[in-house]
Amino acid sequence: MGFFIETLIGGLMAGMLYSLVALGFVLIFKASGVFNFAQGAMVLFAALAMARFSSWANAALGGDSLFLANLIAFVGAGMVMFIVAWVIERLVLRNLVNQEGATLLMATLGITYVLEGVGQTLFGSEIYNIDVGMPKDPVIMFESLFEGGILINKEDFIAALIAAILVGVLTLFFQKTPIGRALRAVADDHQAALSIGIPLNRIWVIVWCVAGVVALVAGIIWGSKLGVQFSLATVAMRALPVVILGGLTSVPGAIVGGLIIGVGEKLSEVYLGPYVGGGIEIWFAYMLALVFLLFRPQGLFGEKIIDRV
Amino acid sequence: MIYRENGQFKTSYTADQQIFTIAQDKIFVLAVIAFAFIGIPFLVDEYLFRAILIPFLILALAALGVNLLVGYCGQITLGAGAFMAIGAYAAYNFFIRIDGMPLIVALLLGGLSSAGMGILFGIPSLRVRGLYLAVATLAAQFFCDWAFLRIQWFTNNSSSGSVSVSNLNVMGWSIESPVEKYLFCLTFLVVFALIAKNLTRAIIGRQWMAIRDMDVAAEVIGIRPMYAKLSAFAVSSFFVGVAGGLWGFVHLGSWEPAAFSVDRSFQLLFMVIIGGLGSILGSFFGAAFIVILPIFLNQFLPALGSFFGIAISTAAVSHAELIIFGSLIVFFLIVEPHGLARLWSIAKEKLRLWPFPH
Repeated sequence: MGFFIETLIGGLMAGMLYSLVALGFVLIFKASGVFNFAQGAMVLFAALAMARFSSWANAALGGDSLFLANLIAFVGAGMVMFIVAWVIERLVLRNLVNQEGATLLMATLGITYVLEGVGQTLFGSEIYNIDVGMPKDPVIMFESLFEGGILINKEDFIAALIAAILVGVLTLFFQKTPIGRALRAVADDHQAALSIGIPLNRIWVIVWCVAGVVALVAGIIWGSKLGVQFSLATVAMRALPVVILGGLTSVPGAIVGGLIIGVGEKLSEVYLGPYVGGGIEIWFAYMLALVFLLFRPQGLFGEKIIDRV
Repeated sequence: MIYRENGQFKTSYTADQQIFTIAQDKIFVLAVIAFAFIGIPFLVDEYLFRAILIPFLILALAALGVNLLVGYCGQITLGAGAFMAIGAYAAYNFFIRIDGMPLIVALLLGGLSSAGMGILFGIPSLRVRGLYLAVATLAAQFFCDWAFLRIQWFTNNSSSGSVSVSNLNVMGWSIESPVEKYLFCLTFLVVFALIAKNLTRAIIGRQWMAIRDMDVAAEVIGIRPMYAKLSAFAVSSFFVGVAGGLWGFVHLGSWEPAAFSVDRSFQLLFMVIIGGLGSILGSFFGAAFIVILPIFLNQFLPALGSFFGIAISTAAVSHAELIIFGSLIVFFLIVEPHGLARLWSIAKEKLRLWPFPH
């Protein structure tokens, strides 16, 4: 029983990390109808920027204050992501208004290549570390309840906490601020939003920017877990089933989807994996999402798609 | 002046419904095919066959299959690489497990197996649409990646996980040299392109297009969506599966699951979208573009660097390749979202009216 709960908690925390990446997808899809395949590349790009800035700032400060160096690096990387968002809006999105979903999808795949190329040219292609002072040691909890207690990875726990806080902040931002209201208006209907004077282009820059910051946070957390390297871009592939399971247009969906996928993956790997040779995590997530989709084609929390002739 | 249909009168319905209604088109295409069969083997050296022509032919065949599904039936798929893998591995198992299995039969059986799996993975398309479906098809991709890596039976228990075939021959004609491989693939491509063209003109193709344009409306006028969608998945997977078999058998010779990774799926979708959705010709343009561009960049960039007296490291070249490849894709999507095939048809239209503007 203790082991089962341990796996469950591990899955929930892994799920929060998936939600973090999935959140970027949802934000952009909501506001601009673009299915942004470049989210993974943005995570990589942001993490690379963060890692390099942090080590440069640390060297410039003489290694005195890790916290200050990280803060400078975070602000710097945030600015880099703002520039990325602005360039993407200016050069790509603005010219592709009103195109079909598939075309936009392909355009973001093009952006993926460019970001991967530029990121590695600017920041180099070695493996970097991000050290933001996350505790690495595991803790054992509930020793009185279960034999041997439950092993919890402190790093994962903090990461999940950060993800939860970020989601809360984003929800507040969307629901309570004027910009958030404008974002929701754009998501609802581009033309109607334009006609009441909401600047579409600026809104898109803001949304890509927010998605960039989310990518930065995801990049820092994933980067400090796995190290910043090229394979970080494939994190997006792990987050895709989360997005379709939760619904492309729903922020809470990304969270719930992430938790379901995280738990499903871990439990399947532990209890089903040994019988079929292991490594089933990645396709199991997709199959799980597919099963849910058969019952709810628009995802758990997605907007219902109504067809009229 | 030459490209006119003046004086070409149709006196029967059959004549009016030919593939090429303008005689010049027919002559041009037949000339291109004749040149590809007779002219190119004498003109081109071995490197070009290996690096460009054979990959181009095989990927064009796969792109044709993807175009039937994405361009004609409107079901976006990101799992084409998986069906190439199924075609290749199924053909491999038929080929080595059954004694005296002819090569062509093995490839076609591989295609059929892929078609069967295509129907299976196409079932979600009955409920799920658009981008949700696109992501759902990735399930096929990752499942196949895993299955061909982990299930030893598919790879005939080979210890390294890679499989290889040798002694390819068709009725005594052994396919060894690049020229023979080229001709073999070319024959496949021509036959399949003709089949695809005729399918899209026939009732089944029209059903696909009706489903693509609006599936609810199509259903109302009496088209069975299940039959239309699943047949599109089956035919498309068959084409892609045969292409996968050719890719493994003829182009690679020995291969691992990584040869059919998710990148291959993206590549095929790129070909279809850059070439032109819903256009047979577009598949060829797209395949040519995607095959040639990386090779061109690979050769051209170091040369450009040395011209300016800068030595570019291989890492920098590969990064620059990524950047240029990505930007060109975005550029083409912005300039001509309907693909290269649209440019071609605009050119033809202009030619017909020339020298008048309208």
